[in-house]
Amino acid sequence: MPEVRVRKFVTVVEEIFHEGGPSAKVPPRRAAALAIIANPLAGSYVADIAGFMDDLKPLGLEMAKALVAALGGNSHVVEGYGKGAIVGAAGELEHGALWHVPGGYAMREILGGAKAIVASSKKVGGPGARLDIPITHINASYVRSHFDSMEVGLAEAPRADEILLALVMTTGPRVHARVGGLKASEIKGEDGLR
Amino acid sequence: MTATGKAKIRKLVTFVEETRNEMGRAIDPPTRRAAAVAVIENPCAGKFVEDLSELIDIGEELGGLLTERAVVALGIPGTSVESYGKAAAVGENGELEHAAAILHPKLGAPVRKTLGKGAALIPSSKKRGGLGVALDIPLGHKDAAFVRSHFDGMEVRINDAPRANEIMVAVAVTDSGRPLARVGGLKKEEIKGEDGLR
Repeated sequence: MPEVRVRKFVTVVEEIFHEGGPSAKVPPRRAAALAIIANPLAGSYVADIAGFMDDLKPLGLEMAKALVAALGGNSHVVEGYGKGAIVGAAGELEHGALWHVPGGYAMREILGGAKAIVASSKKVGGPGARLDIPITHINASYVRSHFDSMEVGLAEAPRADEILLALVMTTGPRVHARVGGLKASEIKGEDGLR
Repeated sequence: MTATGKAKIRKLVTFVEETRNEMGRAIDPPTRRAAAVAVIENPCAGKFVEDLSELIDIGEELGGLLTERAVVALGIPGTSVESYGKAAAVGENGELEHAAAILHPKLGAPVRKTLGKGAALIPSSKKRGGLGVALDIPLGHKDAAFVRSHFDGMEVRINDAPRANEIMVAVAVTDSGRPLARVGGLKKEEIKGEDGLR
């Protein structure tokens, strides 16, 4: 497989003080890292694509590290995560699925072995397409306060022969979380679910 | 922050874009730009307010806060910033003039203080829009508006802003011009940087 060629690297950080309710003592933050890469599989059906997952591993680690840096440099502040991909028009949805392993395991590695599955979304889209990336707690998927999402996208990407890859991390629950369910303080963090 | 400042801030968002490759050509060093955006309550929403001095003061406060955030996100000293721009999007219950009050009278001085200089006009855009509206921040060289390689723009958007009674205020800074600038004109190496134009 060819090398991973990054055209553009984008980071976005949101700091949320309130949403009409009381101001948060520590405002929760969401960060997204986006990499716009050339899609070496674009243009025709390629049967054997799995090898590209290994090629994406270093980029996954770079993006996960960039997220921790954007959140202040301490990985212990990270409580939620998610990932996603937008494949340009000359590619297929399956190319986006190549991101599951390198994207997910990169974040788990940087976060010291997070237990929960990394929630994800993917689609085929043109420049300016927006993607809602689902977010869940890093150690227990059922933590209701941490169900969240972050919309990402870039006006000029993905071009037809590109893929927009995204990783997202958050530092806490929704700013006014109050619909019950499993609390982050109650989890066992063994099976990745509760 | 929200309790002590003039602006009632709901959200602060920073964006950093780094271009490493364009049309198959490596951009080395990469061109980088950052924008900081505040989503604030619009104290003048829903009615005609003659005196917009409250918004003018909010503009001054945000000029400092957003420029500092953007420069930190870019990771360079303020004095190394090459171009800049500003923009605002007013929610549906506000008036275009509210954006003007924030952007034009007082926002520029703290921007220039943070950057050390800034002889050129800060290019700006404004609009009224709903949630997720795309805001295009124009960019121009900070000391000489005619530097052609630095005419640029950066789009920012936030899916949940501006609500009807809010305003989105943005400041953008860069360390460079366009990635593959080649349409001539005044070069940054040629500027005097005195009159803000050349």
